[in-house]
Amino acid sequence: MTTARTKSLPSSHAAPLTQRAPWLGILRSRRLWLGVLGWSVALLIFFPIFWMVLTGFKTEAEAIAEPSLVFSPTLESYDAVQNRAGYARFAINSVVVAFGSTLLALLIAIPAAYSMAFLPTRRTKGTLLWMLSTKMLPPVGVLVPIYLLFRDVGLLDTRTGLVIVYTLMNLPIVVWMLYTFFKDMPRDILEAGRMDGASTLQEVLYLLLPLTLPGIASTGLLSVILSWNEAFWSLNLTSSQAAPLTAYIASFSSPEGLFWAKLSAASTMAIAPILVFGWLTQKQMVRGLTFGAVK
Amino acid sequence: MNKTRTSGRTVGGLRSLSLQAPAVSLLLLWMLIPLGMTLWFSFQRYNLLMPGMTGFAGLENYEYLFTDPALWSAMGTTLLMVGWVLAITVVGGTLLAVLFQQEFMGQGIARVLAISPFFVMPTVSALVWKNMMMHPANGVLSWLVELFGLPAVDWFSSLPLTSIIIIVAWQWLPFALLILLTALQSLDEDQVEAARMDGAGPIAIFFFITLPHLKRAISVVIMIEMIFLLTIFAEIFVTTSGGPGLATTNLAYLIYIRALLDFDVGMASAGGVIAIILANIVAIFLVRMVAKNLES
Repeated sequence: MTTARTKSLPSSHAAPLTQRAPWLGILRSRRLWLGVLGWSVALLIFFPIFWMVLTGFKTEAEAIAEPSLVFSPTLESYDAVQNRAGYARFAINSVVVAFGSTLLALLIAIPAAYSMAFLPTRRTKGTLLWMLSTKMLPPVGVLVPIYLLFRDVGLLDTRTGLVIVYTLMNLPIVVWMLYTFFKDMPRDILEAGRMDGASTLQEVLYLLLPLTLPGIASTGLLSVILSWNEAFWSLNLTSSQAAPLTAYIASFSSPEGLFWAKLSAASTMAIAPILVFGWLTQKQMVRGLTFGAVK
Repeated sequence: MNKTRTSGRTVGGLRSLSLQAPAVSLLLLWMLIPLGMTLWFSFQRYNLLMPGMTGFAGLENYEYLFTDPALWSAMGTTLLMVGWVLAITVVGGTLLAVLFQQEFMGQGIARVLAISPFFVMPTVSALVWKNMMMHPANGVLSWLVELFGLPAVDWFSSLPLTSIIIIVAWQWLPFALLILLTALQSLDEDQVEAARMDGAGPIAIFFFITLPHLKRAISVVIMIEMIFLLTIFAEIFVTTSGGPGLATTNLAYLIYIRALLDFDVGMASAGGVIAIILANIVAIFLVRMVAKNLES
């Protein structure tokens, strides 16, 4: 946008000063109106989240009263959620499951993506597409066998069970995203390392990983976000022991659990870290979400 | 030089195989075992509540399923949900992407606010909308409606499907926006500038330059959303539980009811097979498109 405008400068340069002033005026007002429109839309979309955060600081009575922006903020809902409802247990489950599955997926995916990017064979393309196609399998299509298998081997309602499911669920995306980042890396550097006698392991550890760290980090963050927010397997495979935050929040849906301020406080805590992760990696995660089809 | 390269290639073949082996074999197991079991169960008489009744059922499960009005109702609901959410998110996402591509004060922050709902876990979005937004007495929407002197709407009992569509669209609109905004960044500004010089208005530019440029990104958004929207679950689970009646029971929720509430493994598996087939019809197109992209 700016480059285009500077490029058109020479033509306006030739125009006398008196003609330039109103043109700038119009531009400024156009930008003003775009700003008003853009911000209104953004705030409208964000409103439910804003309202939820606000409600978390109200008392239960204020939360269900007529909507109002004026109230004296209190931390009593946060206190209740943390001390009486055992929020920490669910949060720990979420952290363990999201980060555990991400680490595992990265460990399995880095060698695979490395070989696909730097040692491609005739089969590489086919393998990548096949991995993508496993992601298309609707979870509900395999709910019954997974449930029965997990029941038989005692993985129902365990964190290990969820870690296994999430690792495999995100593995295709992680491989794909790493593959696109590795491919973008200049091959000469790896070549030079090999010339100097670096082994594959050294090459990966001392050249590839440090140089593609931002890419690996955003891949990891996307995997954490997807696991953290996953709500099909967590609702169906856990009950009390291994329930992560998605399942805990779902417990507020029962009629006897209708406490809006507590729901809001718990929800705010549950989404805050992920929201920040999402903001940080929004640009890079497009690759992972679209399998490199949109960069 | 030449020698090391050729030998590197043959060793590379073996090496790449062993490096990919863990990922490939795990995914293969993850795909084949459950898929095979679902297919097997779908031809079996298998209800966890009736342990005595077992054995080969032939096409019985499918017969029951296809003559069950619940299936057709669920298919219709699934279609409506996918269709409406797609229409809202794709049209809305395109317009918003164009808007947020413009320069204005604090556009970066406004953009971040607008894509935020995508990062909110589905159970939270559904419950926040159900309670704080759409509650017939104390929700913000009812309060707004009453402000204008109109009668309050009991969203989830009178418009259950619409309510779910609104919630899901709110979650996926930011996804479309994020993808399309990224795609817009590769739009050739000189081309737009040239069109403007030739006297093209903003609407002409949108239809003849922006939209054609976004064509591929839009189809990617449609296909990825379809795959996820075909099996919306958590949003229904925490709000309507598929009701009232079957009003908000989609295919995914119907399978869940058959499997984990009725314990009818055979029937649920038959439903699962149908869901897999439907998803694969979409998947074929997506995979083809990604493949084309991989070549370039």
